[in-house]
Amino acid sequence: MLEIRDLFSILPLIIVGSTAVLLMLVIAWQRHHTATALISSAGLIVGLLCLPAESMSAGSPPLMQVDGLALIAGALILLSALVTVILSHQYLIGYIGPKEEFYLLLLCATSGALALVAADHLAMLFIGLELLSMPLYGMLAYSFRAERSLEAGIKYLLLSATATAFLLFGMALIYARTGSLDLGWVSGAMVRASDAWMLAGAGLIVVGLGFKLSVVPFHLWTPDVYQGGPAPATIFLATVSKLAVFVVLLRLALAAPVFQSEWMQTVITVLALLTMLGGNLLALFQANLKRLLGYSSVAHFGYLLVAIVAGNALAIETTGVYLVTYLITTLAAFGVVTMVSSPFGGEDADALPLYRGLFWRRPYLAAVMTVSFLSLAGIPLTAGFIGKFYVIALGVSESRWWLVGGIVAGSAIGLYYYLRVMVTLYLPEPGMPRRDAAHDWGSRVGGLTLIAVALAILVLGVYPTPMIDWIQQLSVG
Amino acid sequence: MILVWLILIPFLGGLLCWQADRWGKHAPRWIALATMLFVLGISLWVWVTSDFALPGSSQDHWVLEWRTGWIPRFGIDIHLAMDGLSLILVALTGFLGALAVLCSWHEISDRIGFFHLNLLWILGGVVGVFLSLDLFVFFLFWEMMLVPMYFLIALWGHSGSAGQTRIRAATRFFIYTQASGLLMLVAILALAFIHFGNTGEWSFNYFVLREAEIPEAIAPWLMLGFFVAFAVKLPVVPLHGWLPDAHTQAPTAGSVDLAGILLKTAAYGMLRFGVPLFPAESQAFAPVAMALGLFSIVYGAVLACGQQDMKRLIAYTSISHMGFVLIAIYSGSELAVQGAIVLMVAHAFSSAGLFILSGQIYERLHTRDMRLMGGLWGRLPILPGLTLCFVAASLGMPATANFVGEFMIMFGTFKTAPVVVIIASSGLVLSAIYSLLLMQRVYFGPVYRQGALPGPDWREYFMMLVLLALVLLVGLYPQPLLDTTAGLSGTIADLFAGISPVDVFGEVR
Repeated sequence: MLEIRDLFSILPLIIVGSTAVLLMLVIAWQRHHTATALISSAGLIVGLLCLPAESMSAGSPPLMQVDGLALIAGALILLSALVTVILSHQYLIGYIGPKEEFYLLLLCATSGALALVAADHLAMLFIGLELLSMPLYGMLAYSFRAERSLEAGIKYLLLSATATAFLLFGMALIYARTGSLDLGWVSGAMVRASDAWMLAGAGLIVVGLGFKLSVVPFHLWTPDVYQGGPAPATIFLATVSKLAVFVVLLRLALAAPVFQSEWMQTVITVLALLTMLGGNLLALFQANLKRLLGYSSVAHFGYLLVAIVAGNALAIETTGVYLVTYLITTLAAFGVVTMVSSPFGGEDADALPLYRGLFWRRPYLAAVMTVSFLSLAGIPLTAGFIGKFYVIALGVSESRWWLVGGIVAGSAIGLYYYLRVMVTLYLPEPGMPRRDAAHDWGSRVGGLTLIAVALAILVLGVYPTPMIDWIQQLSVG
Repeated sequence: MILVWLILIPFLGGLLCWQADRWGKHAPRWIALATMLFVLGISLWVWVTSDFALPGSSQDHWVLEWRTGWIPRFGIDIHLAMDGLSLILVALTGFLGALAVLCSWHEISDRIGFFHLNLLWILGGVVGVFLSLDLFVFFLFWEMMLVPMYFLIALWGHSGSAGQTRIRAATRFFIYTQASGLLMLVAILALAFIHFGNTGEWSFNYFVLREAEIPEAIAPWLMLGFFVAFAVKLPVVPLHGWLPDAHTQAPTAGSVDLAGILLKTAAYGMLRFGVPLFPAESQAFAPVAMALGLFSIVYGAVLACGQQDMKRLIAYTSISHMGFVLIAIYSGSELAVQGAIVLMVAHAFSSAGLFILSGQIYERLHTRDMRLMGGLWGRLPILPGLTLCFVAASLGMPATANFVGEFMIMFGTFKTAPVVVIIASSGLVLSAIYSLLLMQRVYFGPVYRQGALPGPDWREYFMMLVLLALVLLVGLYPQPLLDTTAGLSGTIADLFAGISPVDVFGEVR
């Protein structure tokens, strides 16, 4: 039964949820952009501070499991949401129309993500996933006067609905076999009777979640949605949404023995290989930065699927470390795009030629971008290297040589387009008038946040020990 | 702490150069020069004050060692150490670094601070490679130095005929080395996991891992992982695709660094890690490696003969020379390994000299195409004579350092692999041909265009004379070099003689 004590373990969720309600009332009473952003950030910060310091699996409310994995993911979700709010504020200043509702949607989606990563019951999983996805449709189509944004929202809505149907069908199959939706119960039942229906159920769930993670061949929506959505919405999609869904997938893989079956492992290995190589190959000749980053994120989740195949304690640690590094890297990369596109002026500045010679105009912004791309490419002394190190280590420790080979090949292909973007920043300008970040970008909160994120990439790359210790401690507990 | 400073000084100097842009055009240059001379000075001071004479003992002989914990989760330490070989190579890095700064004094005229940032960071990374004994840290520096090199070629390189070829060359360089580097990372990790499986302890320590018991089925693959990474960088022929373009498109300073130091990191990696970590497998692999070396020698030399681009010709000669080094490393003879070290140093001097000279000619003629030169002997004072000296060094004329190296390699290898030596000596003949072709096409023959060209200024004179003096010094009196590196070459020879690693290295410290 639910006790007061249990509620403490989900305090962040409660706080973020109530902030959303509060925000709605404030907007109804008086519209004020900066105040809205401040309230949202305050809610997220308080939520972050209330995050339990250690795993509380014993004292979790029903349907939920606040274990180490949920805590790692919760901290990352709150941090990314915070950065997104800060960047959104700068971005939305130029938006014509109501600005405040964006934060409302963002907070709702954040609470959905928080619920999702702690879900211990298929019903909770579904509610969390929908609470995360629904506001995202709105966020992606937020600048609805732009055709692309509308297209992105609708595309995501339709395909997401299809994926949800798959997910539900999978759950139904599993329920039909086991008679329960509780994850602990389901995994117990699976040990007793693992048959074709269970396998089909698990397969359908993988399809449903794989869509949200844009695993090849369910990735077709990714480039269009990344390109079309307003930059802050894309950041949120690329960080919080993907992270939460991946954590759920990992939780399922750890809980359900069916994921350890030969057949399922082969399927996921093939998916992982396709995703790594497909994502990188498709990104090769992209001239649009947001599409390129979209494909790059496809590839990165391909690397991370190794953790699903491995499914052991080291896999949790790897996931934690990789998600931290992926998150800050993606935040920095999209942050620069947001900064150059801020304040909002119809279309985002996402064509690669716009960034030509950025270093000679805005050296620090270009430095942030360089650092984030080096990290995406996994070059040593950046956080991305630590993540890649972990993933390769996991593959080697499990003797998954195909996957290791895939990572090596994928990284080599990936370098081509990462380098292309990086060198563009340093080429001399052709001297044409072009869009640019505001002159005082570095002295605003958004700019400072961005620089802090870039520094975090470097610091975690040079001295990752505290992060590793934190994640290791939580993933064991 | 000296070791830490050796690595940090170039990095800090680089940052300073970047910011020094605002203090004037020459400020970054002077800072960079001072930084590299400082590194050179420190290493020479260590050389003078340390004692390397340990005849008869093949145990490791570390002059300096520094160690601190870094990532305890995987037992990764920042473990730096210096023995004779690393000392010589660090000193070489300092020296060639200073030369690289000097030779780009007039060549680089835009984004000077950022250029020197990249230049110094490459050198910092290289020093890191030469000093690290933790495999993780070694890999880190190995990969890290690629990034500034990439920028150096991509941003300040010469535009090729077809527009963007310098970026393409830089990208190719990066992808070749990075992809092969990742194979090495996989091998390093597999090694660490095997050690973890055996003992339950994490370690990336060189001393620990070289005595790890590796299952026989997997050891050859791990050895190959290391070998491929080093073979790409050396380069060994089927993996050399990046080198000619990278050299041709790079600015002079980049070519000097690339030929003089970056290629040496590969040979160093083989000597320090490749062979000692997998002695038995290396021995079994030796015939293949030597065959590859032979192929590189002949292939590089033959292709060099057919080049029209001056820098491309020199680049192909590098491939040929590095083939000798590869043969020597896998010959298992102490003499040959010493010869390889001498040849590494000699090649650094002679190829740096030739690249700087071709840079100077480029500054005067704005072309590297030898079809557009011809008859320069009469138009250009002093430089032709100097070129002749370096060409003579490159073809291994007695009294130059290259002769000593090649001779020792031939002599040492003959015992174990006479056929290889016989075929390899054809490389010497070919080297004479391409060297003379270079002289003929550039300086003799019909005059392509009239008019006198300015001779070298004091800076160019100075660089050339110092290099020439060193080539002759090492050629006439190589003994100090041999004494300094005797420990390592003895170790390699012992390992090839089949003595177990524990006996060769002693107990793990």
